[in-house]
Amino acid sequence: MSLAAQRTRYVLRRLLQAVPILLAIVVINFLLLQLAEGDAADVLAGEAGSATPEYMAALRAKFGLDQPLALQLLAYAKNAALLDLGYSFRHDTAVATLIAGRLGPTLLLMLSAMAIALVVGTLLGVLAATGLNTWRDNVITVLALVAYATPLFWIGLMLIVVFSINAGWFPVSGMENVAAFHSGWDRVVDVARHLVLPAITLSLFYLALYARLMRASMLEQSGMDYVTTARAKGLTETRITARHVVRNALLPVVTMAGVQMGNLVGGSVVVESVFGWPGLGLLAFESLFARDLNLLMGIFLLSACLVVVVNLVVDIVYALLDPRIELR
Amino acid sequence: MTAEQATASPAGSAWRDAWRPFWRRFRRNRAAVAGLIILAAIALIAAGADVLRPGDPFRLAGQPFAPPFGAFLFGTDSLGRDVAAGMVHGARTSLLIGLVATVAAVLLGTLIGGVAGYYGGWLDDLLMRVTEIFQTIPFFIFAILLVAILKPSIGSIVFAIAIVSWPGVARLVRGEFLSLRGREYVQASIVMGMPDARVIFLQILPNALSPIIVTGSLMIATAILTESALAFLGLSDPNVMSWGFQIGSGRTHLRTAWWVCTFPGLAIVLTALAINLVGEGLNDALNPRLRDR
Repeated sequence: MSLAAQRTRYVLRRLLQAVPILLAIVVINFLLLQLAEGDAADVLAGEAGSATPEYMAALRAKFGLDQPLALQLLAYAKNAALLDLGYSFRHDTAVATLIAGRLGPTLLLMLSAMAIALVVGTLLGVLAATGLNTWRDNVITVLALVAYATPLFWIGLMLIVVFSINAGWFPVSGMENVAAFHSGWDRVVDVARHLVLPAITLSLFYLALYARLMRASMLEQSGMDYVTTARAKGLTETRITARHVVRNALLPVVTMAGVQMGNLVGGSVVVESVFGWPGLGLLAFESLFARDLNLLMGIFLLSACLVVVVNLVVDIVYALLDPRIELR
Repeated sequence: MTAEQATASPAGSAWRDAWRPFWRRFRRNRAAVAGLIILAAIALIAAGADVLRPGDPFRLAGQPFAPPFGAFLFGTDSLGRDVAAGMVHGARTSLLIGLVATVAAVLLGTLIGGVAGYYGGWLDDLLMRVTEIFQTIPFFIFAILLVAILKPSIGSIVFAIAIVSWPGVARLVRGEFLSLRGREYVQASIVMGMPDARVIFLQILPNALSPIIVTGSLMIATAILTESALAFLGLSDPNVMSWGFQIGSGRTHLRTAWWVCTFPGLAIVLTALAINLVGEGLNDALNPRLRDR
């Protein structure tokens, strides 16, 4: 089979594998709906009282709440597939529309955090591995340990105290200064200034993880035969590290980052609610306060789908980029 | 081998024979010993909360926003609640939830992973698919949703954390069981006609125990961090004081009263750090051959 055909097959196969996961997520969401107090219509209407009786009746008919559970599940899955996630009375908008509006800021935050974690994390990992068991290595190891143990929301609040309230370098919350009516380049700078603290906060845990991973990976690679060969060729240690070891050592780190891209959605709930960053996470936080369960479930459904899609894209891109990975 | 002997006669000399080398190896990791001491101190404080700061931690103890290191060690919050009192009572909540949720997750993960690894075949395929799905779901949002739907209480929080934490254990245990199942002593037990449950619990499990203990100990820290994040978002048992709740209620007054958020946060960091250090020490002591990893 030609490589192109093999690749197409791989992509199709991965797409197919995502289907049961998406189905399972819909089923879990449906089961959660059954766990909630009252019937599904109460939850979907965002707590009884805020919806008109006519709407409640329409909801019950739409989801066939007098039908057997299996048929109800079918109706629910159908609505979910059509991205009909119901209506949020608190926001007076369809849930799907609300979520779509918040997706952009969350993606911006997640990608920035991941970029910081990858760049700084691998850099620290290289520094630690090249200075093995020196003060450099020890400091980085200790910092990583502390970062593992620190709750994101707390470090976010502390950064606000130090850099926003005391130093006044960065804004306290939000994504941009709406009252300033910036446009064009000014707006980009404004958003970037708002982005710094939340992105750093969200990246910290992963930064520590990648630093440790990169360190271990570098140490593993430096014992390989090709390093001995390079040394025998007379290459300098710096060149061996920069051109040979780092490149190979990056592989597991990048794989890990791809897998974890989706986990950032969870962290962004906390970080966004600390920094008032208007993304999915803040929406989730607001829906918690408003007891708007339906909106919360919509966010859960969509973020789970986001994870599946991101994992899929990462896998495919990765397989296409690295010829050594078997397309199974 | 040592774990098997230990279960064979827990009170006898075999137990001491297993314990001594374990402790010797654990002690060699000084960071782990420091972690153990910190953890013991926190546990003591949690146990003695009613003596150290008697009464309801939600009670108004003095003026609001009293600064730290004055009349109140860590100051008071916007309602005049003693931050230090909240912290000693919160230690109880954190340790309790972290421990119980982890034990539940480890039991569930061991059961699922053990069955999958021991029986193999379609059962393995099915269980691993389910595990994969649970690993794909963004776990924190799932936990939020579970607690929000079940109404926040100690029980629902423990349940939610356990539900999102078991998949890692299941995969680990499955791997261990898969490799141990092929060993001669296990094959011999099966041929002898030993019932499956006995093979699983008496032959395989004791030998798979060390990685489970190490993973479990590290999971306690994650569980505590998750619990605090849930509480920070307002998902805590309304009758129980917790560190996350303190930080969440103090965040709106960050400008005027930095201490309300700062000290409970330090308590979380210290606890999680101590647990991680102990976990690494356990890893060194239980898997001496993997020390260099």
